[in-house]
Amino acid sequence: MSTASALAIGLRTNLTGIDWLIMLVYFAFVLGIGFLLKRHMRTSTDFFLAGRALPAWVCGLAFISANLGAQEVIGMGASGAKYGIATSQFYWIGAIPAMVFVGLFMMPFYYGSKARSVPEYLKLRYDEKTRAWNAGSFAIMTVFSSGISMYAMAKLIQVLHIFDGMFLHLGLPVGWIFHFSIFLSAVIVLGYISLGGLTSAIYNEVLQFFLIVAGFMPLVWIGLKNVGGWHGIQRALVPAYTHSWRGMAHAGTNPLGTQWYALVFGLGFVLSFGYWCTDFLVIQSAMAAESHLAARRVPLIAAIPKMFFPFLVILPGLIAISVPTVSQRMMGQAQTAPTSPAARGVPSSAPMASGASSALVGRGLVPVKIDPVNGRVLTDNKGKPLLDYDLATPNMLLHFFPTGMLGLGLTALLASFMSGMAGNVTAFNTVWTYDIYQSYIHKHGSDAHYLWMGRMATIGGVALSIGAAYFVTSFNNIMDALQLVFSFVNAPLLATFLLGMFWKRTTGHGAFWGLLSGTCAAALHTGLTLPADVSGVGIHGGWIAVLHVYPSTMAQTFWTAIWAFCVCLAMTVGLSLMTKPREEKDLVGLVYSLTPKPAEGHLLWYQRPASLAILVLAMVVVLNLVFL
Amino acid sequence: MGLDIRLPLGLLFLVTGGMMAVYGLLTHGSAIYRKSLGIDINLVWGLVLLLFGVTMLLLAYLDRRRLAAAPPVNPSSDEVPSSRPRGH
Repeated sequence: MSTASALAIGLRTNLTGIDWLIMLVYFAFVLGIGFLLKRHMRTSTDFFLAGRALPAWVCGLAFISANLGAQEVIGMGASGAKYGIATSQFYWIGAIPAMVFVGLFMMPFYYGSKARSVPEYLKLRYDEKTRAWNAGSFAIMTVFSSGISMYAMAKLIQVLHIFDGMFLHLGLPVGWIFHFSIFLSAVIVLGYISLGGLTSAIYNEVLQFFLIVAGFMPLVWIGLKNVGGWHGIQRALVPAYTHSWRGMAHAGTNPLGTQWYALVFGLGFVLSFGYWCTDFLVIQSAMAAESHLAARRVPLIAAIPKMFFPFLVILPGLIAISVPTVSQRMMGQAQTAPTSPAARGVPSSAPMASGASSALVGRGLVPVKIDPVNGRVLTDNKGKPLLDYDLATPNMLLHFFPTGMLGLGLTALLASFMSGMAGNVTAFNTVWTYDIYQSYIHKHGSDAHYLWMGRMATIGGVALSIGAAYFVTSFNNIMDALQLVFSFVNAPLLATFLLGMFWKRTTGHGAFWGLLSGTCAAALHTGLTLPADVSGVGIHGGWIAVLHVYPSTMAQTFWTAIWAFCVCLAMTVGLSLMTKPREEKDLVGLVYSLTPKPAEGHLLWYQRPASLAILVLAMVVVLNLVFL
Repeated sequence: MGLDIRLPLGLLFLVTGGMMAVYGLLTHGSAIYRKSLGIDINLVWGLVLLLFGVTMLLLAYLDRRRLAAAPPVNPSSDEVPSSRPRGH
């Protein structure tokens, strides 16, 4: 057995009665809300759109919670440990501007067109085939995302030995814990969604939002106290980790391995706008708002807590690599700090390992990555050990939280997994029922029939997610995996929506073939390039030929998105000019230039969405200046 | 929707915070707090959560009383009148 598993054993979870009680109370509330809401589910609109009757703040919190799944909490902690505070670019550059844009400019079309889903908007604006392509690819994507959440949750429960005590007590084999965890999360999510539909999912997302804040705030507080505050982290790590823009001029001089223009255009524009502006997963909570104005406010309200989330989810990752490593034997200059080995709190007399094979103990609270099959340490193509960054945040919880608080922290973690799953499942059941089933399979059913179908689709979606969960095993960072999937499907989509909403000349044929070629471009680009930080040609790239090597997976992902967007944009414009445009009267309410602007004259200046947007953007600029 | 989200939210934090605070009182000064640098995190954080829960319940209660006093009118800020009572 390697020392890394000794670390995991050293931090073995010792849960007591109070921890279990906190978890049980939470799950009782989750299912209780489903039961309370069941009697309100009379029509399919109640089930799929929450009756379009929720206040903006509730939808706003659900808007960010739907995205607050495994990707967020574990993935951001992992990226924080791997790439440093530059990870906050996923929020400040990679989310806020897009959220402001969708609230100000795109929501009037989503909400005002009375489309019930994002694919349905495409049907109204373009044609049937564009909707079918989007609905199909989206359905697959939600199933995968939900499966990834489920898999990550089960793996985490297994690694942290949360259920070990219970299983040993009951005389059950410990090997079943993974399957048991998948089954348990599936049953709970299935329970509350099939009972209360989108309302139940949104209400639970609000609960999860507050729970995650409640569980992670003390972690950051105690963690910072332990390492001596932000200045303590700055002393413990090299500067690139604590400055979000440092070294961005060249790909080789920052932890992300990317240049600033690839970051701004790839992440800040293509990936981010593609996700926040077109992904029905997040848009659906805004569509559930009670009025046109509330729907526009939803993403803007969501942006305010969103910009402070780096402190809650990325900081634990940074703290995890700042605390002194559990074992004193270090791995030499293995990691990222060739300039200052002493900067990480390593005593200057610490023995420097001559090769990667000896004394592998990880970094801070981040252990080395172990092959789950043979128990050996995994290494990259240079023989350096890979670190299991996904354990940064969970190990922080185990390291700093006593029993009681630990129960709350783990509940918050489980809640985040389930909110990620639930958002995907509600998006899946809506798109399946309205955009696939009602459109192509059973056109003229009664409303009660579609309500029934929605419940069936929830069961089907959860079952497919279980399948996806067992499929997703070969990635070393959940974040990268999700970004890869999103870049194939979402990056070309942004061009389609922008052209559709802001250029009335765009045609359905142009949009459809543009989307297809954009997705092909994404696949082709990934197949022809390889990131340097993976162990070789495989799912991460280079399966056609290796024409170019990127310094990191992240850089490759950004460029894949940029290629997909540009190819889609060029193809759509070209084909649109060659095909016959739709008549302008058919595009009212769907295209910016042909739609009357929403009347805001009766609103006071601070009630207008634009004022809120300016406030949000100003706050982000300040945050970027602080962490420049 | 008929259910004000602040009711279950407040109740959840009231119960959880209450349990943590009581547990924190019972284990005050125990060795388990060496992990959290000597801070009785259960007591401190339990009280914070408790306060949050009470605030949410209070807001929900005040809103309900306000609505009971004045029958719901469609606020002028909304161009789409809602047929449902604005519960929150």
